Amino acid sequence: MGIENILEAREINKYFREPVLFHVLKDISFGIKNGEFVSIMGKSGCGKSTLLYILSTMDTDYEGELFLNGKKITGKHHEDLAKIRNQNIGFVFQFHYLLSEFTVLENVMLPAKKLGLKSLQEIEHDAMEKLKLLHIDDQAKKLASRISGGQKQRVAIARALINDPAIIMGDEPTGNLDSHNSENVMDIFKALAQERNLSLLIVTHDTDFAEKTDRIIEMGDGRILSS
Amino acid sequence: MINWRVILSISRTHLLTRIKQTAIAALGVTFGIGTFIILVSFMTGLNGLLDGLILDRTPHVHIYNEIKPSEKQPVDLYEKIKNSFTKVRSIKPKLTQRKIHNALPLMDQLNNDSRVKGAIPQLQAQMFYISGSIELGGNLVGIDVLEEVRLFNFGQYVVKGSPEALDNLDNGILIGAGVAKKMSLDVGNTVQISTVRGDLFPLKIVGIYQSGLAELDNVQSFANLKTTQRILGEPRNYFTDINVKLHDIEDAVPMAKQIEKQFDLTAVDIKTANAQFETGTSIRNLITYAVSITLLIVAGFGIYNILNMLIYEKMNDIAILKATGFSGRDVKYIFISQAILIGLVGGILGLLIGYGISVVIDNLPFETEALPTIKTFPVNYNPGYYIIGITFAMVSTFLAGYLPARKAQKIDPVEIIRGQ
Repeated sequence: MGIENILEAREINKYFREPVLFHVLKDISFGIKNGEFVSIMGKSGCGKSTLLYILSTMDTDYEGELFLNGKKITGKHHEDLAKIRNQNIGFVFQFHYLLSEFTVLENVMLPAKKLGLKSLQEIEHDAMEKLKLLHIDDQAKKLASRISGGQKQRVAIARALINDPAIIMGDEPTGNLDSHNSENVMDIFKALAQERNLSLLIVTHDTDFAEKTDRIIEMGDGRILSS
Repeated sequence: MINWRVILSISRTHLLTRIKQTAIAALGVTFGIGTFIILVSFMTGLNGLLDGLILDRTPHVHIYNEIKPSEKQPVDLYEKIKNSFTKVRSIKPKLTQRKIHNALPLMDQLNNDSRVKGAIPQLQAQMFYISGSIELGGNLVGIDVLEEVRLFNFGQYVVKGSPEALDNLDNGILIGAGVAKKMSLDVGNTVQISTVRGDLFPLKIVGIYQSGLAELDNVQSFANLKTTQRILGEPRNYFTDINVKLHDIEDAVPMAKQIEKQFDLTAVDIKTANAQFETGTSIRNLITYAVSITLLIVAGFGIYNILNMLIYEKMNDIAILKATGFSGRDVKYIFISQAILIGLVGGILGLLIGYGISVVIDNLPFETEALPTIKTFPVNYNPGYYIIGITFAMVSTFLAGYLPARKAQKIDPVEIIRGQ
């Protein structure tokens, strides 16, 4: 363990306090290396999504330590965490989660506008590049609510890529897609990991999907069973 | 660091994609602000008119020698019955002249006082207008007409002819409109007047005076102070009243007290003379503000309601924004800026509509016997009220937006994403 780990978790414990005290995550420790494509598998309720939201910095109510790029991010203020999320972490969810009143292009551009490092023209150019990469650049000017589910998921991936993050996290990104689209998304992820040296951490219970990844972390009852 | 351009572009999209709801919220503000502007312009215009009607021509301090009984009757001075009960029947007023004693030093003192804008003497005399064999009772007031114009807007009430003509002509008279009508007189005619002693004087009418108060216009006429003194056969230092106008109306009360004490005269300040009038003004203002604030609070609730609903609808959007790196504060500003935009657009529209309707009211004919100089409804275009209006619109919409926006700030994205 060390700097080469993009993301590292040490002794993560998490409790749900309502309705009764429940120990969800028990002493979770693992790391993800640069360019590694990792999947987390497990039965429903084993805490894999809960773990993902802790790793994503959105959930701060846990014990243990979390490192991103070798820097400790546990205990930071949520304004700082939002910034870290903006710059370093890309998200893809099971449901497409696009802003339906905005165009596809605007959806992809939004995180970069928030980051505010580039000019508007550069951001637009980058966004078009990402959309081209995912072969949906022809839909760029459409409203996000007017495209199909498979297209939406690809737009969500493009959005996750816009700020060139260190890691992409996905919560069952293929769970809502048919096998054709699901395979498509898988291919995109693989290409990103290989060609762009991007780390990926995907929660899934699709065994076919998981088998194509570099490493499978199996969870059960709030513990890592094998990794 | 807050990237306002991104935040404003998001809130603009939110507002424009639900233009109907936005318009309704903005119209609520428009209605409130517009009504406020109309009410306040009209009400203060009316107040200004009444102020002009009564306060402008009322002296701040009116000094005269009141005919009244002595406060200490001779029996009170008698030492031997000091502790006993006395009763005086049929008390008479003290025998004295109506003129102000020692008037010239008093005038000098007043005109040298830095608080005084001007002090001018008047001579009020009883007399009769003669028309053939008919005698009409009336008042002749000797005035320094140019000073009256300067200090008490006298010129406004001369409806025909001019006050300057009175200054130019030694035996001129500005006759009351009621008298002129009764005696079929007009500018250029001559009127005979008779003093109480029976001396007859012909005076040339140089103008007609109409105050709007019929009982005054039916008896009162004005002539030069010197002419009046001559008619009465009195010397130059003979006058019955001094009217003082001050720079600051607040000085009226202490000044009146001081003069009463120093000169043994009666001095009435404007506050005592017009107490009920000021009460009316402040109550009208109170009603104006109460109605306007009620309207704006209703508009504020409308905005609160719409934003609250918007936030429930936008739960997913809020979660996505937070997941992709927008902080809680950014999300709060997105919704507050929407409220402020609604307030700004609705408020400015309200100001414009308020101004437009004020102009219409300003041009509506409003002619009444009582107010000869007024031709249309009075409207006050004080820009201060427009500033108050837009400030109130912004503050109330900010408050209405703040609570829902804070709720949006606190939304936990994990809960929403997991809840799907």
